[in-house]
Amino acid sequence: MPAGEAMTEFDPNPTVPEPEALMPVQAEPRPAQTMAPRPGGIPLTDATVLTAPPLIGIQDLNLFYGEKQALHGINLEVREHSVMSLIGPSGCGKSTLLRCLNRMNDLIGNVRVEGRVTIGEDDLYAPGVDVITLRKRMGMVFQKSNPFPKSIYENVAYGLRIQGVKDKNILDEAVERSLISSGLWDEVKDRLKDSGLGLSGGQQQRLCIARALAVRPEVLLMDEPCSALDPLATSRIEELIFELKRDFTIVIVTHNMQQAARVSDFTAFFWMGKLIETGLTEMLFTNPRVRMTEDYISGRFG
Amino acid sequence: MANIREWWRRGSALIWFSGAALAFSLLMIFGLIGYIGAKGLGFFWPGAIVRVVTPEGPVLGEITGEEPDQVQFHVANRDLFGQDYRWIPRSELKEMTKPLDAVVVERLEYGPFIGRIQRVEKDGQIVQGDPQEALRRLRPAAMTLSKHIRSLDRNEVGALNRQIEDLRLELNGTPPAGRPALEARVKALQETYEATQARLEVLRNQAAAVTVTLEAADGQTKTIPLASVVRVVPSNALGAFGKTGAYLSRLWEFIADDPRESNTEGGIFPAIFGTVMMVLIMSVLVVPLGVMAALYMREYARQGWLLRALRIAVNNLAGVPSIVFGVFGLGFFVYLVGGTIDQIFFSAKLPAPTFGTGGILWAALTLALLTVPVVIVATEEALAAVPRSQREASLALGATRWQTLWNVVIPGAMPGILTGLILAMARGAGEVAPLMLTGVVKLAPSMPLDGTFPFLHLDRKFMHLGFHIYDVGFQSPNSEAAKPMVFMTALLLLLVVVVLNLFALRLRNRLRARLGGGAF
Repeated sequence: MPAGEAMTEFDPNPTVPEPEALMPVQAEPRPAQTMAPRPGGIPLTDATVLTAPPLIGIQDLNLFYGEKQALHGINLEVREHSVMSLIGPSGCGKSTLLRCLNRMNDLIGNVRVEGRVTIGEDDLYAPGVDVITLRKRMGMVFQKSNPFPKSIYENVAYGLRIQGVKDKNILDEAVERSLISSGLWDEVKDRLKDSGLGLSGGQQQRLCIARALAVRPEVLLMDEPCSALDPLATSRIEELIFELKRDFTIVIVTHNMQQAARVSDFTAFFWMGKLIETGLTEMLFTNPRVRMTEDYISGRFG
Repeated sequence: MANIREWWRRGSALIWFSGAALAFSLLMIFGLIGYIGAKGLGFFWPGAIVRVVTPEGPVLGEITGEEPDQVQFHVANRDLFGQDYRWIPRSELKEMTKPLDAVVVERLEYGPFIGRIQRVEKDGQIVQGDPQEALRRLRPAAMTLSKHIRSLDRNEVGALNRQIEDLRLELNGTPPAGRPALEARVKALQETYEATQARLEVLRNQAAAVTVTLEAADGQTKTIPLASVVRVVPSNALGAFGKTGAYLSRLWEFIADDPRESNTEGGIFPAIFGTVMMVLIMSVLVVPLGVMAALYMREYARQGWLLRALRIAVNNLAGVPSIVFGVFGLGFFVYLVGGTIDQIFFSAKLPAPTFGTGGILWAALTLALLTVPVVIVATEEALAAVPRSQREASLALGATRWQTLWNVVIPGAMPGILTGLILAMARGAGEVAPLMLTGVVKLAPSMPLDGTFPFLHLDRKFMHLGFHIYDVGFQSPNSEAAKPMVFMTALLLLLVVVVLNLFALRLRNRLRARLGGGAF
């Protein structure tokens, strides 16, 4: 996908050039059907997503860093097996919201959270909730790839090992499954014992995705997963997101509006800690209801 | 003018200055090592034995120092002349020759003898033929014999002594009913002991039967048992090859043998061994202590004024004079902890102390305390340098804080922790003052690690290269003779420190390679 493509060129009726012309050259042939439902780069949201039950519910969420309020009364739902992207200018609170979903904000002192966040039936911020168990349900991929200084195998097996899994067969199976899901298996299957730090940036990020998948989470939280990657590696991650949503619910924070448009079913636009607008991605990008959203996605500020 | 301003603006002056500072530092370091090496390593080379005639009579010796108007001779024969070295004015030197039959005879007692071999006697009969040849022929047997005597004396007699002593202690705590059995065992041991002593006596007489009579330059003679001859070096008759042989043999003796003659001769093996062992015990103690403390300070403790104060205290601890640690070690570890241990576990042996006196464990503990700030500071920095993103990755996978520390943070900080260990070892190996109070002795009868149960004797006193330097250099009655020993010991101490550091460095590099390049 050419990175410089301006948002204003988006057209709800895809009369844009053939998909092949827009797709970057692939390092190796990939299954064609992966890209097929996305002519023109705009995802044709699967109709089932619209009827899927909500998995994550956020109600009246306020978050304070000390005295400063970072999130103001957020209400948001994420449906099962859908991709929700969170967009907005820097410092608008989208990463903070993402980190509320697996309570990573707990690690920073002086943070206060009000409101309700639920996953399925469970309230994340109910007293006595087991944060450790919770985090196993919410896999997370970070902005900068952060593999451990361990072998590729150990990186992926880490989540299971800390759960006390010692059975070699289970570990082998999980490593292979996760690496296949993250599309890295063919590239690394002969060097699982090599250091994870020896991989390229894009491979490292896919390794981190595999690591998150290995513990079979329900939700995958991605915090600008492609911001440090080149266009080619970015497109591979995007394809991956597209495949992964069959099995997982994905929440992705991105600075790149094209990316949000390409990969997500729903988009939420944040500004100054407030949720300005949310809806189906096609709707939000082509026909925003709020003026500020339109200004932002058309590049007038941000 | 413009050029100079440009030169200044580019910072060239500073670059030159820093380069010069580095060069100067290197010069000082290599100068130090070179000076020590030059003074020490030449000591074992067999120099020419020169004979001169002075108004007071002939003098035979090695030239060891020269000044414009006088020359220093190492004349040896301390038992005959009373002094090893003599300065002779150049004006009095006449008829300088290098007699081929002159030898340096290194003896177990009274230091070397310089002169010639007059005769060798066996059972009162003079052995026919060239005395040097006879000596060479008879020496291997005498050496074997003396080695046998020494090992018998040290091992068997020593073991018997210990057993009898242990039984005596047991006897004291036994009710009268159980005594006869123990007394019988003591008696049996006593008999064995006496039999061994008798055997030793026979061997000693056998050894004394072969004697060698040496003649000094002024005609005085001295008869000593061949068994007490360590080495005969006919320096003037030796070629380069023979001299190299003598050199290596002396060097090996220095490294691998026990000291003799109040440490001014023989080897320093117990000191090398004691130093390495003490440093290793210290490392084993200091790493867990320092790492745990740093982990708590960095990862668990609430960051606040108390912690800041603690950090300042730890840093100041690194600046406390080492003798203060020695005093603390003596008062706390030796008297308080050791004394208590003695009262609880070794009360039978009291008033003779076991742990209530200086020992290698207390010395190592004191040094661990001395070097723990280094480890804490290095570990804290290493922990802080582990990227936050890696901790988050681990926590996001559902790891507990402790699992994250153990699996991600500590392995990532390991090279930095080892850097701390290297610094601690370098500091600990060179420290002398606290050891003098907590367990180092001039001459330790047995080593802290040996073949008698329980093999590792943490209560024993030990020898140390640093203390050895001080002792030989400044406490020796014969300081002129000990001077080269001081340099050689210093060289070996440097070598030990370097070897220990290389070992830790290798470990660190291997870890680093496994981590795929660290930031230390």
